[in-house]
Amino acid sequence: MGFKEQLFEKNQILVAILGICSALGVTTRLHIALTMGASVVFVTGFSSLFISLLRRHIPDSVRIITELTIISLFVIIVDQFLKAYFLPLSKVLSVFVGLIITNCLVMGRAEAFAKNNPPLPSFLDGVGAGLGYAIVLAIVGGIRELFGFGELFGYRIIPLSWYATADHPDLYRNIGLMYIPPSAFFILAMLIWGVNRYKMKREG
Amino acid sequence: MYLFGLFIQSVFIENFLLSNFLGMCTYLACSSKLKTANGLGLAVVFVMTVSGVLNWSVHHFITSPEALSFLGVDLSFLEFLLFICVIAAFTQIAEIVIDNKFFSLYRSLGLYLPLIAVNCAILGASLFAATRELPFLPNLVYVFGSSLGWWLAICLMAAIREKLSYSNPPQGLEGMGITFIMTGIISLGFMGFTGMNLAKSTKKSEQVKVVEKKKIQK
Repeated sequence: MGFKEQLFEKNQILVAILGICSALGVTTRLHIALTMGASVVFVTGFSSLFISLLRRHIPDSVRIITELTIISLFVIIVDQFLKAYFLPLSKVLSVFVGLIITNCLVMGRAEAFAKNNPPLPSFLDGVGAGLGYAIVLAIVGGIRELFGFGELFGYRIIPLSWYATADHPDLYRNIGLMYIPPSAFFILAMLIWGVNRYKMKREG
Repeated sequence: MYLFGLFIQSVFIENFLLSNFLGMCTYLACSSKLKTANGLGLAVVFVMTVSGVLNWSVHHFITSPEALSFLGVDLSFLEFLLFICVIAAFTQIAEIVIDNKFFSLYRSLGLYLPLIAVNCAILGASLFAATRELPFLPNLVYVFGSSLGWWLAICLMAAIREKLSYSNPPQGLEGMGITFIMTGIISLGFMGFTGMNLAKSTKKSEQVKVVEKKKIQK
């Protein structure tokens, strides 16, 4: 079924290399990454559903602008919801919520699947793609928060007593690389490497 | 001097591709050849500058909270929708015009125009400019500088990727993996610029205002 395939074998970030921009900007902390992931699941799912419902009525020449309008409608809903209930979180995400509109992942699912398929499979395909994206975001966010801050979800994982102090300068330190954006490139590269190796091994 | 500082700031220090990471998808798809990257970069400069100015007017006259206060409405929630419609409509119109009037230009630039409607850098530039509430001229300099920075970055990467295709990376890392690592290293280089702020206002009256504010706070 398309749903499971989207989650693992055709993971949009790791295999199709789509939707990278936000994967780098929002993964410093795990809860931010998860919020972003949830927003993307919502937007891809429902925009795929509605594009698929309207697929016989959208003229081909204005296809892209119509799809963008539908997508931005759902992004506006997410943005207003975050502003109303999670104001601090929406301040941190700032323009990245708006940038879901141009996230190639959403557009890619609309173009590649939803425009030629009935509503229910399109919806599942969109949700699957979104969830695959959310999982990768959560992995990157988790690694970056754990090694960059020693915390997960804002709770301390690596005890403070392990840290280097003025008296014991040879103990554990946070990795400074992890809270600047380039680290996400390296983590993603390692994930892609792993996925490719796994595929090679399975194919023999 | 302020405008020049803002220009340098947007080209190098806040480079869209290398320190804000916008427009990554287009970059990864189109940077394996220098010639393609150059054409795409030029198209981005054109679209980003014009749509940046158009979106400034949209923000200024329609969606900023004060713009339509005389009607008693606040349309700021429509900002995303209007911005993306302006960008998509503009790229579509530009494609038609260039196709009909300037055919030689169409071959080098027009092919990339439909791709650009979904380039996050274009929407990102408009959104960043809107959140900063820049006046008209600084906004123009900001979007133009950002687009030049994007062009510079994609050409830089494409040149390296051309050489990279002859190299011999570990198995499974070739293609996208090694490109990611390479991009990460270059963006680490650009991180060296962070913390610099050239876009400070040098007007005396504004400096005086800041000093007065500080005195009041004390």
